[in-house]
Amino acid sequence: MSSDDSFLNIEQVTKRFGAVVAVDRVNIAIRTGEFFSLLGPSGCGKTTLLRMLAGFETPDEGEVYIDGVPMSGVSPHVRPTNMVFQSYAIFPHLNVERNVAYGLRKEKLSKQEEAKRVDEALEMVKLGGYGKRKSNELSGGQRQRIALARALIRRPKVLLLDEPLGALDKKLRTDMQIELRQLQQSLGITFVFVTHDQEEAMTLSDRIAVMAQGKALQVASPKDIYNRPTSMTVADFIGQMNFIEASVGQVADGVAALEAKGLGRMKAHINGTAVTTGAHMIAALRPEKLSLTDSEPNGGGNVVKGRIEAAAYLGDRSHFHVRVDGLDQPLAVAAPDLPFVGDGAKQEGRPVWLTWADDSVILLDKDTR
Amino acid sequence: MSAGGYMHRPNRPLMVYAIGYLAFLYMPILLLPLFSFNDAIYIAFPLKAFTTQWYQQMFANDAMHAALMNSVQVGVSASVLATILGIFGAKAVTRFRIKGVKPVLGVVMLPLVIPPIIMGVALLILLSQMGIPLSLITVTVGHVLICVPFSIVTLMASFEGFDKSMEEAAADLGDNAWWIFWRVTFPMVFPGILASLLLCFTISFDEFIMAFFLAGTDPTLPIFIYGQLRFPQKLPGVLALGTCIVAVTFTVVFLAQWLRGRGPTAPKTEGN
Ligand SMILES: Nc1ncnc2c1ncn2[C@@H]1O[C@H](COP(=O)(O)OP(=O)(O)OP(=O)(O)O)[C@@H](O)[C@H]1O
Ligand SMILES: [Mg+2]
Repeated sequence: MSSDDSFLNIEQVTKRFGAVVAVDRVNIAIRTGEFFSLLGPSGCGKTTLLRMLAGFETPDEGEVYIDGVPMSGVSPHVRPTNMVFQSYAIFPHLNVERNVAYGLRKEKLSKQEEAKRVDEALEMVKLGGYGKRKSNELSGGQRQRIALARALIRRPKVLLLDEPLGALDKKLRTDMQIELRQLQQSLGITFVFVTHDQEEAMTLSDRIAVMAQGKALQVASPKDIYNRPTSMTVADFIGQMNFIEASVGQVADGVAALEAKGLGRMKAHINGTAVTTGAHMIAALRPEKLSLTDSEPNGGGNVVKGRIEAAAYLGDRSHFHVRVDGLDQPLAVAAPDLPFVGDGAKQEGRPVWLTWADDSVILLDKDTR
Repeated sequence: MSAGGYMHRPNRPLMVYAIGYLAFLYMPILLLPLFSFNDAIYIAFPLKAFTTQWYQQMFANDAMHAALMNSVQVGVSASVLATILGIFGAKAVTRFRIKGVKPVLGVVMLPLVIPPIIMGVALLILLSQMGIPLSLITVTVGHVLICVPFSIVTLMASFEGFDKSMEEAAADLGDNAWWIFWRVTFPMVFPGILASLLLCFTISFDEFIMAFFLAGTDPTLPIFIYGQLRFPQKLPGVLALGTCIVAVTFTVVFLAQWLRGRGPTAPKTEGN
């Protein structure tokens, strides 16, 4: 078992469906009261992993511990978890009140106590007074809230949510994100949240596990995932990234000298990456870490000349593709409002200079993709 | 718009066909009540006087009562048993990942295509080899055999019609398998169960061949009616009985339709 404050431990968990390895030796330690997201593209095994936490699937290898208790052989109905299903799974033959009260059977409450709990739960999801509604008289957002109330009324230690906002429109989705986060903070329950929307994961989570092809590639805070990705896959999945091939020269004091294709000599902070002199690696640069000017900057630092290939003016910022000699791909650049963009003047072919700071370069191993 | 578009334009040949079809289907049945009130032994036009004597005769006919009760007893037992087995079968096929479930399902479905006369003979041989005497129980067993496939097909549609995450949600909310069945599965597939019971009862009630082979000394109604056909003077009584059965059937079917309309609505799984 791993670190002390971890509460939900996933250790070496593997699940196969025939030849498909849906979840591949995943290790994650989730802390008490944490909003934790499983993020990854479709088919990467998020749902399967979540279902193993709920007990609907059994790991082929490995073990899930909740509060130190191994969960193998513990059926879903006795686990201290509750789940919000992607389809919500609202019981159509029961009204809202009966749906929400469904999980209270074993508590053997009196009528009044039960009604009180149901009212509390409905208030919590801002659906007070909806108890007598039929379940087919609800909008998508309301169904989502009912599913949430129904799960939370059992006061679980862990709430599992499988893309609960996937079916909602953009506006409602944003509102629900805020509410969900507030609810989680006020209740202090551990949330494990599945999504394929990186923005959603970044907004909501304390920490994120980025998954691909059944593996948990990186488990870290949104900030670290964005600024310190440990692989090209993660870097590419979260936001946009320029990848430039580079060979490593001198390594000293946590800084590596690089010879990057098209960009020439530059420096990069290595941040614990295993880097050896002479290795061929990838220098990764976020579009917004590149500053763009239309005149040659004076002073030293990292600078490269290029030509604008495409430009998009978005008001508060502009996006560019900048062609640099020696690079196969144009560099993506995101710049704040610049004086020469957006007034109708032709941008294509304009010579520009790009500069960046040493510590904005991320060194990555080449993924075998 | 001219009469609601292509699909809604009146189609005269189709209408004539539909009326012809319905006439072909129901005319013979309408002849039953007609002749059951006709004061003549021979079934032929022109009609003679109006009478209810055949109904009086029917109510006085103890053998017919016994046969009717036998059929009801067999029908109820067979439909209940077949539906219970059908629930298990349909649930297994639609819900669980079981190896080799397809071939097993194929075997269960065989009675749909094997002629009942062959099944009847086969069962008769088996039972006599095992020394089991023929009775209403053996008829019931035979009827269960032919009803199970119909029950499974009917119920499979019900099970497939609802999201299996409903049952998972119930488990997640603290229910074990029994409670899940009573609180979620049963109410959700209830219309299907009702449909299966009705279908199986109907199949059993008018099944002749298996009953002919497997019944002992107690005849079911179809066998009794078949026996009556040899005596012309008994025929009008059979017509009266037939009329009653048709009336009851219609009532039951309408009742079932009405119940279905009021039952729990099919689950909607999409958002909004
Ligand atoms: N019951 C199953 N039987 C066979 N294969 C399955 C089953 N469930 C999942 N898989 C496979 O396992 C892999 C992971 O599926 P999973 O549903 O966990 O993905 P996901 O990350 O939730 O994707 P999505 O974002 O599309 O929901 C997929 O390749 C899928 O086809
Ligand atoms: Mg999924």
